[in-house]
Amino acid sequence: MLIKRPADIRSSEITDKKLYLNRRDFVRTAAGTAVAAATGVLGAEAFLRAAEPAVHGRKLANVQKSPFSTTEKLNTWEEITTYNNYYEFGTDKESPSMLSRNFKTEPWTVAVDGECNKKAVYHLEDVLKGQVLEDRIYRHRCVEAWSMVIPWVGFPLANFIKRCEPTSNAKFVEFTTMYDPAQMPGTRLPPAFGGLHWPYVEGLRMDEAMNPLAILGVGLYGEVLPNQDGAPFRLVVPWKYGFKSIKSIVKIRFVEKQPLNTWQDQAANEYGFYSNVNPDVNHPRWSQATERRIGEFFKRKTLMFNGYGAQVASMYAGMDLKKNY
Amino acid sequence: MARGAVAARPSESEWRSVPRKVIRGGRLLKAAIFLASLIPAAWLLWAALTGHLSANPLSDVTNETGIWTLRFLCITLSVTPLRRLTGWNGVIRFRRMIGLFAFFYGTLHLLTYVILDRFAGLDFPNGIVAWRTVRDLTISVGKDVYERPFITLGFAAFMSMVPLAATSTAGMLRRLGGRNWQLLHRLVYVTAIAGVIHYWWGVKADVQRPLAYAVVVGLLLAFRMVWARGYFRAAAPKGRRVAASNPDRQPWGSGAVEAVKNAEPREP
Repeated sequence: MLIKRPADIRSSEITDKKLYLNRRDFVRTAAGTAVAAATGVLGAEAFLRAAEPAVHGRKLANVQKSPFSTTEKLNTWEEITTYNNYYEFGTDKESPSMLSRNFKTEPWTVAVDGECNKKAVYHLEDVLKGQVLEDRIYRHRCVEAWSMVIPWVGFPLANFIKRCEPTSNAKFVEFTTMYDPAQMPGTRLPPAFGGLHWPYVEGLRMDEAMNPLAILGVGLYGEVLPNQDGAPFRLVVPWKYGFKSIKSIVKIRFVEKQPLNTWQDQAANEYGFYSNVNPDVNHPRWSQATERRIGEFFKRKTLMFNGYGAQVASMYAGMDLKKNY
Repeated sequence: MARGAVAARPSESEWRSVPRKVIRGGRLLKAAIFLASLIPAAWLLWAALTGHLSANPLSDVTNETGIWTLRFLCITLSVTPLRRLTGWNGVIRFRRMIGLFAFFYGTLHLLTYVILDRFAGLDFPNGIVAWRTVRDLTISVGKDVYERPFITLGFAAFMSMVPLAATSTAGMLRRLGGRNWQLLHRLVYVTAIAGVIHYWWGVKADVQRPLAYAVVVGLLLAFRMVWARGYFRAAAPKGRRVAASNPDRQPWGSGAVEAVKNAEPREP
């Protein structure tokens, strides 16, 4: 039987040497570009990150004390203003202290929208008018298993909500952070590299929002909020992980359906809507049973609802908190 | 791949054939690299003691030692491509030391995790100095390694470096034989890949840095695959091709001598 073998490679199939060399050049260029990009990222990373505490701001007048305040040792101004998670200003803890310095917080408006009677865009001064400011010294528990004690200044969210006259359709409150890529370099990080979907959105169930512990924060240590801490107007919900306490709010919307908060949108298996501090439900990648209080060596046991069970546990009676994490 | 690339000690007569000046220059450079490799550790210690880290210095120390481990792994993995592409065989003399520095930083990283993350989270019902502490710490680390995939990978990456560090001496190379030694030391590819994934899984959202390391490690490993297929060989600089073109022919252990001979002073 005759076995036909194909002829040797025809000369027409041999890659021209010039092309062959070009391909080599291409590979080199591609590799070179990749190396350059990687070196850029790694080089930028190597610089000593010079976090700077916020300069002190205007003192807030007539701030009342609150029975909800804890008597635990406060974290320092320096700690609270150099160790921030504020991804709009970068993902390093020190970035917000450096990159938010020129963030413009005046004038500031807050849009009220959705299922309520007082839909409008309000100037922040008008929002604050008539509100009694209180010192609220709260424990702050980050989902990353560190915590601080922070002397916020603010007023009950419930007082603000009542003024908006929500309708009976309002089952949830949705909050939105300012989104301004020109001022917020962190928002320019593409989703392919782990960038979040902007603007940052958070939400509370109506009863959570009306809870007396939930406040709208405007100050820190008796002064106006530093930019890295969410100036000029933020939420503070101390029984939930820190990311629920949304910063630099520009919009508050009353809605019927549960909002999709940003971190849930980013990784639903890791971050839920409720995000109550819960030592029994671990983050898939780390334990939530303990936490490191900033400034301490030994870790503390994390408390259910961050120690605010007396005020908030009843809202979750009968709910499976393992499912509703 | 790392053929003939062994920093074994040359014999007396081999040393004598190398010009004095070259040896002294090589030793100086090696000492300089040794000291430079200690800078990150020294800086970290200084920064931690003088409050130059963030408000969470314990977390910084853990992260930085991990990142330096990856960096030293990348540098170790760059030695062979650098040698192949430039023909500078002398560079091979530094590989063991750099590899051991990767192990050094990896050890610091593991220790900081065990102490700052695990130990600091224990209960100490019988006081700190107690057998109970040892037991609880072991359980705590073991459970963590078992339960958390990113810790599992980090731990695996570290463990894969242990046999490499243990067999890094000339004596161990002789005992294992060149081929076995070389096969074993390919484990460093596993270390680097596991290290990058460990980093990747550890970050919350921003993957720029893990991605950058993935690119670097990927290119360094890709180079080896491409090299094995003879792709770059024709492109190697003329005149320096002898050592680079056919590494298989090189007798084991002569790499170091070859390296010293080739280590004529070069402009940086």
